[in-house]
Amino acid sequence: MAQTTNTTRGPVTGTAHRAKKRKPFLLDLYSTAVGKKYVMAITGVLLIGFVITHMIGNLKMYLGKEDFNHYAEFLRELLVPILPRTVFLWILRGGLLGAVVLHVHAAYGLTLLNRGARSVKYQSPRDYQVATFASRTMRWTGIIVFLFVFWHLADLTWGTVNALGTTAADGVFVRGDAYGNVVRSFERPPVALLYIVANIALGTHLFHGVWSLFQSIGWSSPRFNKWRRWLATAIATIVVVGNVSFPIAVLAGIVGQ
Amino acid sequence: MTASHGEHLTNLTLSVWRQKGPDAAGAFESYRIDSISDEASFLEMLDVLNEKLIDEGRDAVTFEHDCREGICGSCSLMIDGQAHGPQRGTATCQLHMRKFKSGANIVIEPWRATSFPIIKDLMVDRSAFDRIIESGGYITSQTGGAPDANLVPVPKPVADAAMDSAACIGCGACVAACPNGAANLFTAAKVAHLNLLPQGQAERYARAESMVETMDEYFGSCTNHGECEAACPKEISIDVIALMNKDYRKAKFANRKEIARS
Ligand code: HEM
Ligand code: SF4
Ligand code: FES
Repeated sequence: MAQTTNTTRGPVTGTAHRAKKRKPFLLDLYSTAVGKKYVMAITGVLLIGFVITHMIGNLKMYLGKEDFNHYAEFLRELLVPILPRTVFLWILRGGLLGAVVLHVHAAYGLTLLNRGARSVKYQSPRDYQVATFASRTMRWTGIIVFLFVFWHLADLTWGTVNALGTTAADGVFVRGDAYGNVVRSFERPPVALLYIVANIALGTHLFHGVWSLFQSIGWSSPRFNKWRRWLATAIATIVVVGNVSFPIAVLAGIVGQ
Repeated sequence: MTASHGEHLTNLTLSVWRQKGPDAAGAFESYRIDSISDEASFLEMLDVLNEKLIDEGRDAVTFEHDCREGICGSCSLMIDGQAHGPQRGTATCQLHMRKFKSGANIVIEPWRATSFPIIKDLMVDRSAFDRIIESGGYITSQTGGAPDANLVPVPKPVADAAMDSAACIGCGACVAACPNGAANLFTAAKVAHLNLLPQGQAERYARAESMVETMDEYFGSCTNHGECEAACPKEISIDVIALMNKDYRKAKFANRKEIARS
């Protein structure tokens, strides 16, 4: 319980514009909580852009094996005459990785700050008025999505766990046959369930995140504020419905070998 | 004198946080209020309790209060898990017992934040807010005779918005209610109040930068739950937080020589 406010600060001077020694510009910005929230919001927008594009691309699954695998190949050939094959894809991957690292690093730093800001918790139950399930579980939904991404890569990019639990007749991970790999993976009900749960977590994260990021980047106006909740709900719904449809379609036999 | 019009509430149980000093361990203690008029304010109800405790030779419950009319920001109680209790847009001193029912068990806790250390029982030290104000919550005014009224034109919508922010009484409910212990609503209200007005323009960006960074030394980080807005006795909107974030960004990016502001 022992806490006293920092008394090392001097008395009121009337010239309180402190001449603080500053870090280089971007690090200076990142060193404050408001600056970190800018980073979270901007990296969040990049990741949302990826998530939506990824979902739309995967809809090609409904057009059949040829189309889907052709799309996977197209990603490798992006900007090809300008850059060698897969180079642009690697640039995108690097950008995504950077965004995830920054997003999680900022989330981690802010979580520690928040823990410290209330070192003694309330000793009686709180009666929250407006905080939503989504806003109160950002850290958990974030961690679920983060861990899921590793499984997802091991499953469908590296292929290490793609045939786990299947019988030999189901075949093995085939590099270049993205369609077959997806079907093979989702035919395992526990794996399908994992994809469904992770995407609901992602949707929950976005339900708060998309609304919240406007606030974090100082983008607020009576003209569009009422649309922010609507936009967040729409993005969360589209991502969840789209992504959850894939494992269900495979289990239901709509998409198959 | 007319007789009291109110009903009486009976059989109230209060669970009050008692703590002898900043470093002492605290605990809830239970007290009974047999009967109290529903016209009594919450603080008057505590006065009644304290008179009883003093009569019994026991230590009165320390709680902070001053104006008892909702303008000073001293009263600060977490009542049944809500900062300033169950009534929206009201400071504890303006909360009345008619909001409660006979037989209720009312839990009263102090604000909890590392930078609001408990002085005694329900009273906390909010001077971390003063540190934030010192770092930019003022304007530098010219010396000389008092300027004529209305010398500086202020558009009506701007005056209204500034006034809405200026309504902040510095009570700390926003910090208390925030799951992160963040002081963004308080700081943003103070930033917005001055940054909206012409008189505040000279120090606009220095103010945003300095106040945000001082806030950072003491409080948590906003995750936009909106609990502060719901708890604020002056119903200050979290829109001011967006304004503060925007001015903080501009403070960092703008070339201050070009905008001719400090
Ligand atoms: C596909 C992945 C992800 C997307 C699209 C995403 C998106 C977002 C967005 C848009 C925000 C709102 C930012 C703001 O309020 O300014 C946010 C906040 C947050 N994200 Fe993520 N995120 C992702 C992954 C993660 C991961 C992996 C974690 C953590 C392990 C995480 C943790 C958080 C936390 C804690 C917040 C709240 C931060 C705060 O308000 O202080 N997110 N996310
Ligand atoms: S913003 Fe509202 S809750 Fe916060 S200190 Fe000011 S009046 Fe109190
Ligand atoms: S006692 Fe002054 S606001 Fe409540």
